[in-house]
Formats: sequence, C-alpha cells, structure tokens
Amino acid sequence: MWAYIVRRVLATIPVMAVVALFVFSLLYLAPGDPAAVIAGDQATPDDVERIRASLGLDRPYLVRFGAWVWDILHGDLGTSIFTNLPVSHMIAQRIEPTLSLMVVTLILAVSIAVPMGVVAAWKQGTSIDRAVMAFAVLGFSVPVFVVGYLLAFVFALELDWLPVQGYTPFREGFIPWMENLILPAVALGGVYIALIARITRATMLEVLSQDYIRTARAKGAGQRSILFLHALKNAAVPIVTIIGIGIALLIGGAVVTESVFAIPGLGRLTVDAILRRDYPVIQGVVLLFSFVYVLVNLLIDLLYTLFDPRIRY
Amino acid sequence: MKRRDLIATAATAALAGPALAQPAQHRVLKFVPQANLTSLDPIWTTANITRNHGHMIYDSLYGMDAEFRAQPQMAAGHVVDQDGKRVTITLRDGLKFHDGEPVRAQDVVPSIQRWMRRNPFGQQLAAATDAVEVVDDKRLVFRLKKPFPLLFAALAQVSNSPAFIMPERLARTDPFQQVREAIGSGPFRFKADEYNSGSRVVYTRNPDYVPVATGTPSLTAGPKVAHFDRVEWHIIVDAATSAAALQTGEIDWYEQPPPEIQMLLRRNRNVKLEAIDPLPLTGILRFNHLHPPFDNKRLRQAMLPAINQADFMSAVVGTNAADYRTGVGFFTPGTPLASDAAMAPLTGPRSVDRARALMREAGYTNQPMRLIGPTDILAPSAMTQVGADLVRRLGFNADILLTDWGTTVQRRTSREPVERGGWSMLFTAFSSFDFANPAAHFPLRGNGTNAWFGWPTIPRLEELRDAWFDAPDLATEQRLAREMQVVAMDELPYIPVGAYMSTTALRSNLNGRVGGLALFWGIQRS
Repeated sequence: MWAYIVRRVLATIPVMAVVALFVFSLLYLAPGDPAAVIAGDQATPDDVERIRASLGLDRPYLVRFGAWVWDILHGDLGTSIFTNLPVSHMIAQRIEPTLSLMVVTLILAVSIAVPMGVVAAWKQGTSIDRAVMAFAVLGFSVPVFVVGYLLAFVFALELDWLPVQGYTPFREGFIPWMENLILPAVALGGVYIALIARITRATMLEVLSQDYIRTARAKGAGQRSILFLHALKNAAVPIVTIIGIGIALLIGGAVVTESVFAIPGLGRLTVDAILRRDYPVIQGVVLLFSFVYVLVNLLIDLLYTLFDPRIRY
Repeated sequence: MKRRDLIATAATAALAGPALAQPAQHRVLKFVPQANLTSLDPIWTTANITRNHGHMIYDSLYGMDAEFRAQPQMAAGHVVDQDGKRVTITLRDGLKFHDGEPVRAQDVVPSIQRWMRRNPFGQQLAAATDAVEVVDDKRLVFRLKKPFPLLFAALAQVSNSPAFIMPERLARTDPFQQVREAIGSGPFRFKADEYNSGSRVVYTRNPDYVPVATGTPSLTAGPKVAHFDRVEWHIIVDAATSAAALQTGEIDWYEQPPPEIQMLLRRNRNVKLEAIDPLPLTGILRFNHLHPPFDNKRLRQAMLPAINQADFMSAVVGTNAADYRTGVGFFTPGTPLASDAAMAPLTGPRSVDRARALMREAGYTNQPMRLIGPTDILAPSAMTQVGADLVRRLGFNADILLTDWGTTVQRRTSREPVERGGWSMLFTAFSSFDFANPAAHFPLRGNGTNAWFGWPTIPRLEELRDAWFDAPDLATEQRLAREMQVVAMDELPYIPVGAYMSTTALRSNLNGRVGGLALFWGIQRS
C-alpha cells in the first residue's frame, strides 16, 4: 500500500510537468498583454513598450519558460505582475475561503444526496422517487448563478436572515463563518447533490436486485440494515468515484459562486488574473488546482480499499 | 434594527451578558470601488482605481478645485521671480509621512522628478525646466528655461498620475518599476497587512494629518478632513450583489452601479444616487490613421452626418436625457475650454444616406475595416455595439471583433494593417479631467507614431498645443482651444460621440461627499 502511495505521488511529477508546459504555452499563445492593461487607457505605445520590457515580457518564449521552471524548482511561484506580491502569498490569502466553501458544500451535498438516492431507490417508482429525480433534473438544469441570486434575494434581501456577500474567516467564530457560507454552499451544492443522488439511486437499484440482498431479506434483516449496511456499502465505489470527479465540478462552480457572493477565493483570483493577463498568478493557480485534483484522485483510489476489501494495490 | 442584527444581539446578550453599544461600526465606511486595486503605485500606472488609492494616502503640493484652479495643499506658498523663470515653493508646517518621518523638500524633489518622467504634463514641464532643486528642508526651487504659466496646474493634476509626494527612498524608484511600499502623507494610511487584492483594501484615518487651515473642500483642494476612522474597499465584481449589499446596509457606497441597477436602487429610500462628478465623461470613436480606409480624411469626415451622439449615450446610460450630453466637442462640456467652434457637422440634421453618399465621394470601394471593442467594460462596450450597427448600416466591409478588455487593449497597440491583424476603429471613454485641457488630452495629439493609439499626424494640433502651454491667461487658452477644435473637426483624430454622467449610489445617511471622484474626506454619516 505505502509503495503504491509513493509511486502515485511520484507519478504526479510528470503530470505536473505536462500541465506546466501546457499552461505556459497556452498563455504565451493567448491574445492579451498585461503591459497594455497596466499602462492604462491613456498610455502611449511607447509607455506600453517600456512597461513590457520592464516586466521581461519581451524575452523569448524559451527564456521565459526556463526562468519560470527554474523558479518553481526552487519553490518560487513568481510574483504577480500587477500587485508585486508573491503568487504563493496571494494563493495563501485565498485558499481558506475556497477550501471552506468546498468542504461545506461537500458535506452538505453528500449528507443530502446519498440519503436521497438511497430513499429514491428504495421507493422506486413512487412519488418520492419521482420527486427526487425531478429535483435532480432541476439541480442540473438551473445554473449556479441563478440559484445564487434567488437565494440571496430571498434569504438576504427579503428575509434578512443571512448576509448577501463576503467571507468571515473561521478564526473569527464558527457562526459568522457559517453565516457567510450557507447560501454559497447551497447554490454550489445543487448540481453536486443532483449528480450524487442520481448515481446513488442507479447504483442502489442495481445492488438491491442482487441475490445477497434477497438472502439478507430472507434471513430477516431489517430494512435499514439492508439499505445502509448491505446495499450502500457495496454501492459505495461508484458513489465515491463520482464524488471525486465532482470535485472538479466544485472547482469550476466555485469561480461563479465566489463572484456572485463576493467570496475572496481562488476562483475569483483565477478569473481576475485571466482578465488582466497576470501570467504568474494564472500559472500558479492552475498548477495548484491540477495538483489538488491529482491528489483527490489518489485519495479516491485509496478509499476504494475501505469499501471493497477485494481491491488491493 | 435589522432582523439579523436583532437575532445576533439577542444571542450575544444571552451568552455574554450586558455589553456596551458599538459606535465603532459607525466610524467605518464600506465602499465598493469601480474595479479591483491591483497596483499601489499611482505613478507607475494611470489606472483610475490606483489614482483613487493615491488620493487616499498621498498628498500633493497643490490641489485642484472644482473650478480647475490650483490651490496650495502641501505648499504654504510660492515665490515667482526672475521674470517667471524661478519658482520657489515652501512646504507648510506639520507635514508628516505615515512612517512618522517629516516631509522635507528632499522627499518632494525626487517625487516630482519621478512624476515628470511618466506624466505627459510633467514631461512638458520637464522640457521647460533646467533643474528642480532642494533649497533647504522646507523649500524647493524650479529653475525654468522659460516661464511656465501652468506649473501649478501641472502639480495639481487630479488624474492620470497626479504629482503625489512620497518619501525620498520610494521616490527614487525607477518610474517604470512599482514602489514597494505605500507610504504617503495624506489623510488616510494604507493597511498593508489587511490588503487582499481582489477582495479588500483597508485604510485608517491618519491621526497626524493636518488639513489645510482655510477654504472649503473642493475636488482635491481645501481641507481634507477625514470623518471615518476606517475605510474599507470591498471588491465585489458582481453588480447585483453590490446592489443587494448596499440595500441591506452591508456596504455604504457603491461607486459605479450600471444603469439597470440604478433603476433598482432608485426605488430604495435608504439609498441615494448622484453624479459622482458634476462633469461628464466623453465617449470617442477613434480611427486608425496609419492604414486604409481611415487614413483617408474625407472618409473620416463622411461619417459625421451619421453620428448621432444621443444614440451612443443612451446605450451607455439609458434614455434619460439628463444623464448625458449631446453636441459635445473636443473638451469636456462645462469646462472653460469647451466651445461650439466648428461643431455644425455634429449638431445639424443626422443622415445615414448623406454619410453613404459622402463615403462614395471619398472613394470608399469596399475596403475591409475592423472595429475592435470590449464586451466587459460598460461604456466602451455599449458604444461599440452602437458603432457596430452604424458601420453595417453605412455599408462598410466590416469585421466586428468583440473580445474582453485585456485582448482589446493589446490589439489596439498593433500598428499593422487590417490584413495582418490590425484595427481601423475603436470606441472608448475618458474622464472629465482628461479632456479638460490639452495637457492630458492624449487623443487630441497629432504627433504621429508617438501619439495615442490611432497615431494621427496633425502638425497644426501640436503647434497649438505647444502654444497653449505658454498661454499667459485664460482668454488665450480659450482662443487656442477653439482653434484646436476647428482643426480637430477638420482632421478628425477622433469623433466625439457624446458625454455622459457617471452615477454613484450611497446610503442616504451619508453626507458631505466631495464631488469629482471617489474621495473620502468630507463625507460623514449623519
């Protein structure tokens, strides 16, 4: 097992190298010029040229790529072209809100979606099943920002129960932290709940038709025991897989959710950096996201062994 | 009291027992600025958001009042002698930087020198200056090659990299590199430890700041009295979210709500809307003069009968005529240099058919042209949409290229012809300060490849501009400005497409705001 983990962690290195090359090349080829953005609307072409030279953007592709890789190998993600702050510092400032949003969304989604899927499978063909599936279709169909605006309108503007926007760090108290995260987590969690609930239902239906479930029933096992001990554990592998894949959805959705609810997270940092062509920040954040995604996949692979002892690495 | 506050108060009371009232929250002003503050150096970049940040923490030797008159700010006064070729400025008492060091002439001189390398008005001043020198801690002297009547106006410039004063160690930074710290002597201090670009910028009142003793606050002139202990800029990119936060009282001031959001906010009695600047911004249609088809002066002129300024402006701010101006020329309406000289081609009857006929007479034979513009910046985006419709109706062989702002500003630097990725036409807008006089008026330059994007070569405009810098009085300035407008209406470095008011929204209990731009002295909560 440990040898497998080490092998997988080492395997992230070439993956990250490919991501680095891809991201850098893409940004190099993409239109847009941070020097022109910095110089402002009133700048002359000469101003733009001077700023471009001062930022080193006039250097050849290979020289810039080599310098960037060299810095990364020395643990330096570079410095933002605009703010003059280290990229690692900017990421550190933004990581807590995004992590908080994703964790709360994940907990909320799993704790709602899995029971929903289980109940829908158990009550297959009934109005409960149809209601769950209707919710799932709705969750997939309504964009995150629409749900976000509706929630903000009802719960913040009309009822005044929760704040419209912003983020309070966890160190300032659990309740204020949670107050700022409830609406974004619900908005972001909708599509995730729909996805997990559907997969849970489909997998449970398959498992519930297996011989060993019939045997358990014949032996007099209770409904709860059948559903959650016998069936759900055996249905867990595809559910865990979809939760892992869904984390990519969360990362994408966080960009929109953070904008709607003005949460100062990595999603907004990425969008802001892209719009300004702040290359070092874009490169740093994308590298981080891809690294996290590789690690999540590793974690999912390891979780398989918990749910299915037949799986060995 | 709001329900959420009531619940929170009840919970706090139950858990913690009696507590004192919290007046501190009334001394905090929460503001949503027009954009994210990315750079902290207002000399390095001309971005308006960085300019506003500059006015928070820096001070300048002279301030500009709403009548565009320079008034002493850090300066106690000045002496002009040797037939106007020597100007000695004395600093007033009590000036102190945020790090506790006194402001000395040794700080002022390198600050001015750094500014003169970046700012066009400063560059003009530098060309007329032999030396700027320290006399002693309190005095500096400009030794001029010739009298420069607009010296104080230059030092009082409000926008486009004002002449802010920094500590000597920062002022000696290469002007093409950013300063590493944000330390000034202005009415607010920058909280570097709370700065989170893209999220929050925090300032605290500078307790050591001594406002000018006399006068009334007017633009950047007069006493800068800070009434809030803390000002927080909350960067909220979503307009609907900003509006909702303003309505619930989570924020106090939303700098630039778009027109559709303004309609919503007008219905809330706790929110008031007002013009942030009593003077309007001007929209322009800029031609690329280097390549066909708009290197042809007659073709540029042919477009004039089709330009309906009301069409462009109503796309930007809506159909309420009070929110925009038409009949707009080359200087900001309502400023001393604005005039109606040679404006007939833009104010007479509008006719697309007439424009088409003039296009044919000008020899237009379906050459390709490219209109570039952004989709993510309100005013340029709206004007570009109207412009795109217009060029189609006029029958141009047009390629309409709409992208994000970052791509547009890169593409406009291209001097290549259309076939090789260049551009022919773009729309953008400039603040009232930019077009108030020829000094900062980039699009009115005619200095060819050194001019602003579009690169017109119009030597007469340059001659008149140079003469303006030497103008001894306002009457001469006005005469020269009229002449410039006559030349510009003939050569058309660009076409003015109207002017519009920029509206700001703030809680009704805020009063005393100083007009012009987002300034934070004077304003207080009633």
